[in-house]
Amino acid sequence: MNSIPGDKAALWEETLHPGEHWSGVLRRGASLRLTALEARANVAAMLYNYECLSERYNMADTLKAQHTAYLTAGCVCYSDMGRILCSITADSCGWHDTICGLSDATVIANKYGATRFQEARNDFRKNGRDSMLNELGKYGLGKRDLNANINFFSRVTVHDSGALHFEAEHCAAGDFVELRFEMHTLLVLSTCPHPLDPAIEYQPRSVRLNAWVSGPAPLQDACRQRCDENARGFRNTEMMFLA
Amino acid sequence: MSVNADHVRRAALDSRAPIHDEVVAAGESWVGNILRGQVLRIVDLEGNQAVDTLFYNAHESDEHYSAVDTIRGQGNIYLTTGTKLRSNLGATLLTIIEDTCGRHDTLGGACSAESNTVRYALEARHMHSCRDSFLLALARRGHDLGKRDLPSNINFFMNVPVTSDGKLSFADGLSAPGRYVELRADMDVLVLISNCPQLNNPCNAYNPTPIQILTWAAG
Repeated sequence: MNSIPGDKAALWEETLHPGEHWSGVLRRGASLRLTALEARANVAAMLYNYECLSERYNMADTLKAQHTAYLTAGCVCYSDMGRILCSITADSCGWHDTICGLSDATVIANKYGATRFQEARNDFRKNGRDSMLNELGKYGLGKRDLNANINFFSRVTVHDSGALHFEAEHCAAGDFVELRFEMHTLLVLSTCPHPLDPAIEYQPRSVRLNAWVSGPAPLQDACRQRCDENARGFRNTEMMFLA
Repeated sequence: MSVNADHVRRAALDSRAPIHDEVVAAGESWVGNILRGQVLRIVDLEGNQAVDTLFYNAHESDEHYSAVDTIRGQGNIYLTTGTKLRSNLGATLLTIIEDTCGRHDTLGGACSAESNTVRYALEARHMHSCRDSFLLALARRGHDLGKRDLPSNINFFMNVPVTSDGKLSFADGLSAPGRYVELRADMDVLVLISNCPQLNNPCNAYNPTPIQILTWAAG
């Protein structure tokens, strides 16, 4: 595993419980590592410009600018305004889904059976959509702001017919992905299972978060240099932070 | 539905006067309401024209079309006959009941001035775009719908193939003059269409052209 710089640059660390939802602000120049503490983790993520919440992660703009249907190291996550929220600077598992969305109460109930706090206490089965709504509400956002998310650590491939295939053995314990934030970003996370995970038992996994000061993208940078599109995306982003 | 039954249904539809019948020029937007049970037909009059489309619950506009819920719900990225168009709350907004094109895209999104600067050149910012059409149409309506309400959309007649190793491209269209798609509303919906003005990729065969929009009462 590559190393997070020395203690001086470390900002904070935190462990997300299985099924937990979380939100926080990552400033331009901060980096965040997500580490799967167990195999078969999934972390649903939504990203918003913290200075203007109507600007948010845009799956279509991200995919078509980089001619890809999935995310990995070297990719950046575009907003709907032609700017880059974050870059993916390291990735041990090679594929993160962004086309399959969130689980919801119906998916969870149909697959695993519904549970309630009254019986299960804090082990009740949370779902991705309600988890996102919980966090979005803390910033004045809600249902209308639900849009395509990222599912870190999940791999879903597409057959020639368009049919989806969930790769259940994709994520191993210790797998990690690193995000470098290129603008002040509201990050919303849920560790609920991927909606297409065929597992018979409801078993979300715990995930470690480590944040540190990395600085924004340097001039010589794999994400910036991946394609001409990304060079222009960085130019659009850096315009916001001049002077 | 069998071929014969489908032919009968279509003939029955064509024998009835539509509620609405309008040609929408290239680069224009269209906004309308479709009530539950009514049928919407979009015709690609000259072929290979991308029709960027969003749907909303007509009574609760924070319920909107969701590309990822639609994809997840059917386990397939392409939209065609039988596809249920799902909302961000998991409900079925409309069902595709007829499709003479074959498949439609919902991964490619809508073009915008800003994404044009990324995809093509900084000098492409000035070019007309679908998201400008969407925003102006919503602003003219004067309701409180705005950019927050522009999630990933459908591109009828557009071909965006994905390979098994995860490559995505905008390819020449599968459509042809006169091909159409028909949708039955499963709830009262607001329809927002941008007849795409994009000139920089093959989604419109580099020549945006008009479409026809027809609606029929519930049969």
